Amino acid sequence: MSRFADVARAVAWRSIHRFVTKPQFLLPSIVFPLFFFVAFAGGLSNVSNVPGFDFPSGYTAFQFVFVLLQASAFGGVFTGFSIAADFESGFARRLLLAAPNRLGILAGYAIAALTRAAIVGTLLFCVALATGMQVHGDGVDLFGLVVLALLINMTATMWSAGVAMRLRTIQAGPAMQMPVFIVLFLAPVYMPLDLLSGWVKAVAHVNPFTALVDGGRDLISGGDVRVWLIYGVAVALLTAFAVWGVRGLRRAESAG
Amino acid sequence: MSLVAQGAEMARRSVLQTLRQPAMVIPPVVFPLVLMAVNVGGLQAATNLPGFPSDTYLDFAIAFPFIQGSLFASINAGSSLARDVETGFLKRLALTPMQRAALLLGNLAGVMTVALISSLIYLAAGFAAGLHFEAGVAGVLVLLVLALLIALAFASLGALIGLRTGSGETVQGVFPLLFVLVFLSSNALPRELIEQDWFRAIATVNPVSYLFEGLRSLVIFGWDGEALALGFGCAGAIALIGVVGASSALRTRLVRT
Repeated sequence: MSRFADVARAVAWRSIHRFVTKPQFLLPSIVFPLFFFVAFAGGLSNVSNVPGFDFPSGYTAFQFVFVLLQASAFGGVFTGFSIAADFESGFARRLLLAAPNRLGILAGYAIAALTRAAIVGTLLFCVALATGMQVHGDGVDLFGLVVLALLINMTATMWSAGVAMRLRTIQAGPAMQMPVFIVLFLAPVYMPLDLLSGWVKAVAHVNPFTALVDGGRDLISGGDVRVWLIYGVAVALLTAFAVWGVRGLRRAESAG
Repeated sequence: MSLVAQGAEMARRSVLQTLRQPAMVIPPVVFPLVLMAVNVGGLQAATNLPGFPSDTYLDFAIAFPFIQGSLFASINAGSSLARDVETGFLKRLALTPMQRAALLLGNLAGVMTVALISSLIYLAAGFAAGLHFEAGVAGVLVLLVLALLIALAFASLGALIGLRTGSGETVQGVFPLLFVLVFLSSNALPRELIEQDWFRAIATVNPVSYLFEGLRSLVIFGWDGEALALGFGCAGAIALIGVVGASSALRTRLVRT
C-alpha cells in the first residue's frame, strides 16, 4: 500500500507543481471557465425572461452550475493532455519502468486533476458570489454540488487517461476533448430541458450529463434533489471510466 | 515569371497542402455546424423574447458558422506560414526572385478555398434545415462575398501572427483570444436584447458584432444598408490591417533570413 501511495504522491506532486508554476498550464484552466461564465451569464441573462423559464436562483446561478461542471470535466481532460505529453517526451515510459506500483501513477494523475478542479472551482465560486450570484441551497447542498463536480472531474480524468495511455501522443488531444465537449453541450446548457427543442431536446433527454447538470442546479437553488439519481449516475460513470483508465494503463504497460 | 504566375504557383501549393490535410478541412466545416445545431436547439425558445427579430433561431444563428469558420481560417493561415518559417521554406524562397505579394496572397489561397467550400456547406445545411433567406438569391451572393471578406480578414491576421512569431504554437495560442472576441459580441442575442449593460457596451465596441449583424441582416431583414456597410467596413478594415501587417512582417522575415 505504501508503494502505491508513494508513487501516487510523487506523480501528483510533479503534476500539481507543473500546473501551478507554469502560466501556460495555469492560465487557460482559470481563464476559460471564467470567460464562459461571463459570456453565458452576462450575454444571455435575458433568456431568463423567456416564458416558461423558472429557476428561482436566477440565470447567473443557472449558468454557474454548468460552467462549474464543465470546468471540472475539462480539468480532467487537460490532465489527459499532460499524460499524453509525458508519453511523448518519454517521461511516462521511464515512470512505468521505475514505479513499483503502476496503479499509483493513475492515482497520482487523478489527485493532480482533483487539485486542479478544486483551484478552478474555488475561483469560480468567488467570482460568481462577487458578481451577485444567488444561492438558495444550504451548506449541505453546496457540499453536494462540490462532490458532484469532483466526481465529474474524476470521470473525465479517467476517460482522458484511458485515451492518452492507449494512443500515447498529444495528437490524441481532440479525441479526448471532443467527446466531452459534445456530451456537455448536448445537455440543457442555456435553458431548462423543457424549453429545448428539436433533436437537441431528444438527445438531452438520454444524455447522462443532463441528470448531473439538472441535479447541480437543484442543489444550488435548494430544490428537490433526486440524490440517488444524480450520484447513482455520477458513480456509475466514474466506475465505468475507471475501468477504461486502468485498462489503458495496462495497454501502455504491455506496449513497453 | 509575372506576379500573377508566381501567385498562382504559390496558391496551387497552398490549396493542395490544405486539401491534403483533413485536420485543416474537417474542423472548419464540422465544428461550426455542430455548435450552430446545438445553439439552435438550445436557444429556439429565445425567439419568444419580445423584440427578437426572427421566428426561428436558425435564421438568427446562421451567421455563427461563417464567423467561427473564419477563425479556423485564421489559425490555418497562421500555422501554415509559421510552418514555412520553421521548416526553412521561406529562407529558400528568399533566394528566388519571388515577389512578396505573390507569396502572401498565394499562401492565403488555401484557406480561402476552404472558406469558400465551408461557406457553401453552411448555406446548404442551413437551407436543408429550413433557413428563410429574406434578401433572395442576390442576397445569398452578397452574403458569400461578405463571408469570404471576413475569412480573408481573419486569415490575414493569422498570417500576420504566424509571420511575426514564426511559431505554430503561438498561433494556436492566439485562437482562444479570437474566440473571446466572438463570444463577447452579439452572436447569441441581438445587442438591444442583451440585458447586462456592461456586456452590451462591450458588444457595441466589438467589431465582431458588426460582422455578425452584417451577415444576419441579409437573412432576417433583407437589404439593410447600414448593417451591410458596417459589416463590409469592419471586415475590410480588419483585412487591410491584416494584409498590410502580414506584408510588413514578411518583409522583415525575409530581410532577417
